[in-house]
Amino acid sequence: MSKNRRSTVNRLSAENVTLAYDQRVIAEQLSVEIPDNSFTVIVGPNACGKSTLLRALSRMLKPSTGRVLLDGQVIQSMPAKKVARTLGLLPQSSIAPDGITVGDLVGRGRYPHQGILRQWSTEDERVVQESMRQTGVAELADRYVDELSGGQRQRVWIAMALAQQTPLLLLDEPTTFLDIQHQIDVLDLCAELHEEQGRTLVAVLHDLNHAARYATHLIALRQGRVVAEGAPKDIVTAGLVEEVFGLRCQVIDDPETGTPLVVPAARKARVGAGAGAEKTVATEAS
Amino acid sequence: MKTTNRAVRTPGGLSVRLDVRALTVVLLLLVAALTASVVLIGTGDFPIPAADVLRTLFGEGNAGQEFIVNELRLPRVLVGLLVGASLGLGGALFQSISRNPLGSPDVLGLGQGATAGALTVIVLFSGSANQVAAGALVGGLVTGLAIYVLAWKRGVHGYRLVLVGIGVSAIVTAVNGYLLTKSDIVDAARAVVWMTGSLDGRDWAQVWPLLGLCAVLVPLVLCNARGLRMMEMGDDVSYALGVRVERVRLLLMVAAVLLTASATAAAGPVSFVALTAPQLARRLTRAPGPNLLASLCMGAALLVVADWLSQRAFGAEQLPVGVVTGVLGGVYLLWLLVTERKAGRI
Repeated sequence: MSKNRRSTVNRLSAENVTLAYDQRVIAEQLSVEIPDNSFTVIVGPNACGKSTLLRALSRMLKPSTGRVLLDGQVIQSMPAKKVARTLGLLPQSSIAPDGITVGDLVGRGRYPHQGILRQWSTEDERVVQESMRQTGVAELADRYVDELSGGQRQRVWIAMALAQQTPLLLLDEPTTFLDIQHQIDVLDLCAELHEEQGRTLVAVLHDLNHAARYATHLIALRQGRVVAEGAPKDIVTAGLVEEVFGLRCQVIDDPETGTPLVVPAARKARVGAGAGAEKTVATEAS
Repeated sequence: MKTTNRAVRTPGGLSVRLDVRALTVVLLLLVAALTASVVLIGTGDFPIPAADVLRTLFGEGNAGQEFIVNELRLPRVLVGLLVGASLGLGGALFQSISRNPLGSPDVLGLGQGATAGALTVIVLFSGSANQVAAGALVGGLVTGLAIYVLAWKRGVHGYRLVLVGIGVSAIVTAVNGYLLTKSDIVDAARAVVWMTGSLDGRDWAQVWPLLGLCAVLVPLVLCNARGLRMMEMGDDVSYALGVRVERVRLLLMVAAVLLTASATAAAGPVSFVALTAPQLARRLTRAPGPNLLASLCMGAALLVVADWLSQRAFGAEQLPVGVVTGVLGGVYLLWLLVTERKAGRI
């Protein structure tokens, strides 16, 4: 739908990629551009290929056809550490080693900047301190990661990804398993990183309202195809939500931020289809 | 314990990160292993005081002592040190790759695989000691390869590796039982002694190949230790950090299989050292990460101490060292299973 409005070439893009696990094809001929300096959020129903797309963009999954470009180069052909200095990823599954402290874990984010004879520079030290400060975990530096709450732990992992100091940061469902307060907390942190440091963020989110509130650029996927992309207020409509998620709803202005807010239609209205049902929706909303 | 990392930096911008506690543990274990070695060399039908052992080792002993120390006992102790070190390091690698303390060569069936190789040579070909060692090496390597291939599905994952290893181990154990039933009584006796793991009669011919292999593999492994440390956080995180996960894993698994198989070829399947050494080392360093050097030193110290126990603890009756490590390690395995069960990890 909406074309990329920039004339310059963006740093990260996928060109006509086919993504598949073994024989199971998730997406075919998919092309996506991540606008530089955007907070891009990928949304879509379960199994639409959003996490798969993120894996391809972060070179964890090699497209069977097509290519992912980072700074004009095919991402698979670049040295692993060089990619890791440009593009960070917060995956869904990460394991905190037993008995590791917060400071140690965040420090491991410096790996792509280190070598066998450059194991811990003053710069490493500084960046780790700063990453912990930005994510609000500096006071926890000496605590064991196993002792932390889910929300704190997610902040620590984000701090590790920050310590990697990459201009691009990809986050795979960073709010899953967190309660509402910590979800907002993590999203605020992402917005801060995006606004104050000019990092390009790409996140997969489940909650459409969170996506609409925080994203500057939204990509809606369904069955491996891009259905719509653009600023949330331009593209999030009742029609789009129905098309992408198969859910009847209305879209109103978020009273706090003015961004689109998706309100699912009442159960009765959705079960009994037809003009009468639609009227019910209208009445209930007013 | 909190982080005890210290960074050492040179003006040229080079820096090395040292964990002070881990380093202290490594040094203490090294001292322990060497002290036990000196005591062990002094132990036997002709006891030699430690001071004389040291003097002889530095080339100032009398002719009789020199023969006993340098020709008879030193090679045995060196084989013990090298076998223990190889098993400790191999165990640490496997446990780290599988992210599971049970993912050690003993449980995965590498020892049984090497045994199958050795039994084949003993039972079917009545081969010489060197041929038996070669058979054990081949058996271990083939088993390692089989486990890797069977566990490989878009990369080897920890749990899968352990489960496949247990399966392979069961199959190979059955093969070993079959080979034993096929053997005549002389070969069977020889096979059983070999299967217990023993350092009796080891000489310089066993030392050199082991030493050569360790000289190549240990630096290679240590160079890749940083990647391995990242891999403990999961494949996704380590990919994101720029570790070439599959390459590092394959390389380290091959190294671990080689270390374990060659140790087994030299001393028989000395049980449980590969399982216990990394866990004990880890409890001493209290550091996350593979603790490779500490495990290596712990393995060496454990094996030499076990060998001393096997010679001294039971009066005149000498036991193969594998019996001692088996008893100690078996108790430890039980304890580990219970605590892992309590922690809900198995």
